[in-house]
Parts: sequence; structure tokens; C-alpha cells
Amino acid sequence: MRKGMLYLAALVVVSYSVAPLVWQFLTSLKMDYELTRIPPLLPEAPSLAHYIAIFKGRMFLRIIANSALVASCTTILALAVGSLCSFGLAKLEIRYKALILGFVLSISMFPPIATVSPLYLVIRAMSLRDTWLALVITYTTFSLPLSIWILTSFFRELPDEIYRASRVDGCTVFQSFVRIVLPLAAPGFFATAILVFIFSWNEFLYALTFTSTEASRTIPVAIALFPGLYEIPWGEIAAASVIVTAPLVVLVLVFQRRIIEGLTGGAVKG
Amino acid sequence: MRRVETGTWFVMPAILLLAAVTIFPIMDVVYLSLHRKLLIFGISEFTGLQNYRFLLQDERFWRALSNTIYFTGLSVVLEVVLGLALALLMNRAFRGKGLVRALVLVPWAIPTVVSAKMWEWIYNGDFGVLNYLLGTKVNWLGDPFWALHAAIIMDVWKTTPFAAILLLAGLQLIPADLYSAARVDGAGPVRLFRYVTLPLLKPVILIVLIFRSLDAFRVFDAVYVLTGGGPANTTETLSVYAYKVLFQTLQIGYGSALAVTVFVCVGLIATGYILLMGRKAGLR
Repeated sequence: MRKGMLYLAALVVVSYSVAPLVWQFLTSLKMDYELTRIPPLLPEAPSLAHYIAIFKGRMFLRIIANSALVASCTTILALAVGSLCSFGLAKLEIRYKALILGFVLSISMFPPIATVSPLYLVIRAMSLRDTWLALVITYTTFSLPLSIWILTSFFRELPDEIYRASRVDGCTVFQSFVRIVLPLAAPGFFATAILVFIFSWNEFLYALTFTSTEASRTIPVAIALFPGLYEIPWGEIAAASVIVTAPLVVLVLVFQRRIIEGLTGGAVKG
Repeated sequence: MRRVETGTWFVMPAILLLAAVTIFPIMDVVYLSLHRKLLIFGISEFTGLQNYRFLLQDERFWRALSNTIYFTGLSVVLEVVLGLALALLMNRAFRGKGLVRALVLVPWAIPTVVSAKMWEWIYNGDFGVLNYLLGTKVNWLGDPFWALHAAIIMDVWKTTPFAAILLLAGLQLIPADLYSAARVDGAGPVRLFRYVTLPLLKPVILIVLIFRSLDAFRVFDAVYVLTGGGPANTTETLSVYAYKVLFQTLQIGYGSALAVTVFVCVGLIATGYILLMGRKAGLR
């Protein structure tokens, strides 16, 4: 009886979480004339017409490529710069350690709207408008606080002896970082990578401001500004949403443990 | 002495990047806010605190501020309460728990823009599924009362998983002995929750409140895409208003003053929580 209640509660919670997404998926399979009719809830003859329509003209492909490239470059850069900094903070002697960590954490509280206008002016002055580079630099910086916070807590958990032993064996500081500490902190590294990737894949405000054509436009901007001649093309928006959400859902289902470790490692333990 | 130097090299790239892309712009935005700057006409003149004086008389600013406070307060409270319920559920042992946890995380991972578009379609007054399910005919996003609440409901849906995951981690840190000891003393589930779970979870609840309040106060995507601030600015939050002034009417000076205000408010909220935490820690 009590088990039954538990499963019922779990069912309610899961439906609440995924129902809007399922509805979007159903919408994407409906023909246009079905969209202006409710009931029925289910599509009468599921059709891929909207998916075919958005891939016409290759523009959407280009936009997906932009998003994938920007998110991947950001992830690599943020991990490189962030792990160096975290290693320094966790294992090396540095003055003002607490101050640096506090500084990094306080930056994560900066509202994006406060930095968007000066950054826009700088990017315009450097003719970096509508380029990947502008987005990658901005995203890397804004994902640093989270990366540093998570990685530092992971590096701290590694025993100091391992690092010291490698130094005694003749490794330089950098060698022992790359060969000994990094492989041992791989789970933390991975957790951080997923979070940074999701952040860059989803970011909207900077992307909306810095991009202007399909040369650098990313998925969220494209979906927000979906062109419609006469009315909002709900079917195509739904199809596009399903396509950009699918990889994230897969990421979450496969790596939920890592994601949860990353989210909580930075906040609750720290 | 040598090692101090090596450590500095490791930290330097991150610090430099953060300084160039966050600290410098923050100083610059304050500087910009002291100017009348209109990009299209190439006008830029120093006007001191003129923008801030204007801001104090700007009704649209006060409206946006009160919208933002209302949005933040209501959504954060709902997220923590629902998040706690979710966390308590996920903390129980049952088959398929891993799958439930993963599915609950899905809304958190979806781009905010996508979830805004999704809900815009659900809320649609003519063909939306919400009206169908409730048997109503409400134009949710066109109604001054409902539009802001519609945005809040969407935000709660999207960010409750984050609160739940942090709270779940907090629940798992509570030693099981405490529960068995309290049970031996004859405490039922309600008293267990009231006298064991809640007090021990307090620090984590506070962390969730900080994270969520700071995030909700700067809300942009959710509102901008769902309602664009409408109808008649009833859902316009500070970030949305600042964005429109900056990049739609291109008043960089006044827009920067609004942006600085958001920054100051967020700073005040953060300071408030830190003081609150400090006092709690001091009392113990």
C-alpha cells in the first residue's frame, strides 16, 4: 500500500516533468491543419513534414553546427583554463587563496545584463560581431567560476601524497598536474565538461546580442526569432525544439550521476 | 619562494580572463551609465547622475522592479517547496529510482528559449492544451494578471529540478542514526520531518535560496521569449527592460544605468543572505 503511494507519486512527478516536452513532440508530428484543432490530442497521421521543412535550405544545419562548435570550443577552453587555476588553488602554495576563490565565486553572481552593453561595444570595436570567437571568449569566462568551483573541490579530495610523490620522482609541477592529478580527477573533469557544454548550448542573452546572421547564430536565438511569414509556425518551432532538446535529454539520461555530482559537488560540499 | 611563483602561473590565465571579460565591463558599464550615449547618432556626452535621476521618476522602471521582485519571490518559494517534496520522494528507496531522477532533471537541461516556446504553445488562447485540459477559454499570455503568473509557472517547472537535486544531496548528508534514534523516542513522520530533517537541511535550503534568488532576479530569456514583457509591460522584468533600452531603442547610457541597478540589487540580495548565514553561524 505504501509502496503503491510511492510509485503513484513518482508517476505524477515524472509526468509533470516530461509532459510539456511530450506535447511539443506530438505537436511536431501534426500537420498544419491539425494544429488549429483540439481535440484530438494525438496526431491523426504522424508526419515528418515539419522536420523536412526546417532542414530545407541548410540554414538550420549551419545553426546547429554553430552551436555545436561554440559549445565544444567553450568546453575545451574552460576546462583547460579552469583546471589549471583549480589545481593551483587546491595543491600549490599561493597567497590570498581564499580571496581568489571568493573573487571567482562572486563573479558567478554577476547578472549578464550588466556586462552585455560594454562587451557589445568592445566586440563591435574589434570587428568581432557575428563571429564564433566573440561567443567562445564570453562563454568561457562566464563558465569559469562554476568550473573552478567544482574542479577545486575534486582536486582537494585527491590526497596530497600522490602529488608530492610524483614531484619527488622528478616530475615538474606541470607534468605531475597533467600525468598524475588530471587522470585521477577525470570524473570531476567530466562532470564539469557536461555542465559547461549545456550552459553554452543553451545561452541566449549574449548570443542574441552578438550574433546577427547565420554565420554565427546559435540554436536558442534561431528558435526565438523563428521567421514566420503570416503566423507563428508552431509545427516547425516544435520540430526544431525536439531536435535541439534530444541531445540534452540523452546527455541527462546517460550522465545523470555525473551531472548531479557536478551540481552538488560545487554547492553543497563546498 | 619559488613555489609561490609557480602557483601564480597556474592561476593567472583564469584571473586575467575574468578581469578582462567581467571586471572591466562592470567598471565600464558604470562609466557608460554616466553618459547620454545614442549609438545611431554618434552622440556621447557626460551627464553625471542624470540617468539615475531620470530612473527614479521612470514609472516603467518601478513597474519592472516590482515585477522582478514579485517574480523572484513567488518563483523561489515555489521552487524550494516543490523541490523539497521532490527531494524527499527521490530520497526513498524504490525500483526505477535512477530513471525517475534522470527524467526529473530533463526540464533543467532544456534551453530556456525552448521551454519558453513550448509553454507559449501550451498557453495559446485558441489552440493551447492548457485551456483544453481545464475546459477554459483564457488568453493566458494576453491577460495582465495571468501573464506574469504564466511566466512564473514556467520558471518553476524549469528550475525546480535544480533545487531538488541540491536538497536531495543535503538529505543524503543527514546521518541515518538520527532518524532511528528519533523513531525509538516515538517520533512519527511529521515530527521526524519537523525536528530532524528541516533543522539539519537548513544550510542547504539557504544555499538553494541564494542561488535561485540571484538567478531569478536577473531573469531574461524566460520572460523575453514567452511574453516579450507584454501585455502592456505587465511582465517586463528589469533585465528585459534594460535589454530593450540598450538594444532596441539604443540608449546605451540609460540602459547601462538600468543594468547597473540590476547589478546593485543582486549585490544587495547576496550581501543580505551572506549576513544572514553569518549570523546563523555565529549563534551556533
